[in-house]
Amino acid sequence: MISLRDVSKRFGSLRVIESVSLDVERGEVLCLIGSSGSGKSTLLQCINGLEAIDGGTIEVDGISVHDKRTDLNRLRQKLGIVFQQYNMFPHLTALENVALALKVVKRMGRAEAEAAALRQLAYVGLESKKDTFPGRLSGGQQQRVAIARALAMEPHYMLLDEVTSALDPELVAEVLQSLRKLRTDGMTMLIVTHEMRFAREIADRVAFFDRGRLAEVGPPSQIFDAPRDERTAKFVGMTAR
Amino acid sequence: MTFDYEFHWRTVLEDLPDLLAGALVTLEVTGLSIAAGVPLAIALGALLRGPAATRVPARCFVEAARNTPCLFQIYLFYYGLGALGINLSSFLVAVIAISLNNAGYLADTYRSALQAVPVQQRSAARSLGMTFGQTSFHVVLPLMARIVYLPTVNQMIWAMLNSSLGTLIGLRELTGVTQFVQSRSFRTLEFFLATAGLYYLLAKALMAAASLYGRRLTREAR
Repeated sequence: MISLRDVSKRFGSLRVIESVSLDVERGEVLCLIGSSGSGKSTLLQCINGLEAIDGGTIEVDGISVHDKRTDLNRLRQKLGIVFQQYNMFPHLTALENVALALKVVKRMGRAEAEAAALRQLAYVGLESKKDTFPGRLSGGQQQRVAIARALAMEPHYMLLDEVTSALDPELVAEVLQSLRKLRTDGMTMLIVTHEMRFAREIADRVAFFDRGRLAEVGPPSQIFDAPRDERTAKFVGMTAR
Repeated sequence: MTFDYEFHWRTVLEDLPDLLAGALVTLEVTGLSIAAGVPLAIALGALLRGPAATRVPARCFVEAARNTPCLFQIYLFYYGLGALGINLSSFLVAVIAISLNNAGYLADTYRSALQAVPVQQRSAARSLGMTFGQTSFHVVLPLMARIVYLPTVNQMIWAMLNSSLGTLIGLRELTGVTQFVQSRSFRTLEFFLATAGLYYLLAKALMAAASLYGRRLTREAR
């Protein structure tokens, strides 16, 4: 379980996250929605310790992320994260991108790591691109390799940060398809997204963020059809048009 | 006016083994001073990006290394340390002084290369559970290498040419050997021409060796 209690985060005098409390159960798919700059992406970076927090606690399976004694490198293996800008390693092929951390972090031999990496590439439908460098892949393909790279570490949770925002519309579908497959396989996911229809379809619960605060959390039917908070109503109303 | 100079190449040929032995020393000084200078330059580049406590001393070193003559730096280590009772061989002094010179000239190139590696690549590596060291070695350094490759090859050629200054502290590298053998036969012009040719070939050989490595750096572009 990922458990956030009163989490706050500031960038200088700007309060990006204010007193957010939220639980994500194993097997659950939670979508975070809200306007740009409302703190959703920062929250994901805080959950795997890429960003420090200024108040509250974040626990993953009972382990406090921002405790100095926590072995973050170990904890991060539980938390796969995929970024908006794919962040492929440009000097490595698709297969090497996926295999690198298996070799370096999990200390697998080359053959074992590459076999495992190939399985993950197959999972996202990119087995045939294994020897291709990121520069020769489309944005959607790069994003799917990034998903495979995160999955290869066998994480318990996947954090997905606007993974389709940088993609051309015709490439969005293939990435969303990979996420649907993950859901079917029971992966716990925290998805920051601007794809409202997708959020409604895939989420168990939807959390609406407004200026760093968690305005409303509920099943998609509540958030999209019968929002209780007027800020949610306004946002959902605007994005529906 | 006519020149009646008769070229005698035979004596150059007879002394060629000595010249080649000198060229080997030149190559050794070049190789070692780059092998030591590059890691130093990476460290300096990182220090220059750090807080004032690391940035200021690193900047002072870089300014000193780049704005004083290489010969002076060699003298400083040879005669300066000698005055303190620390007597290093002329070979070691040449390697140390030229390493520091290389590091000084490369430091800012490496600093900007470190800056040019996108923070997102580091985040991606760290998020997979890679440590700072693993991220540096497997992601940051390979990406830096493509940026610093050409300036580093340039510096390597400079290091080789600078190594000729070692002759002034008694190092028997290519220039030193040439001075010595030409004084036995007085075929000065022949020897100096032959040595100029050898330096040229050494520079080309270094560049060829470097390009073997350089091709690996950009394999994704092929």
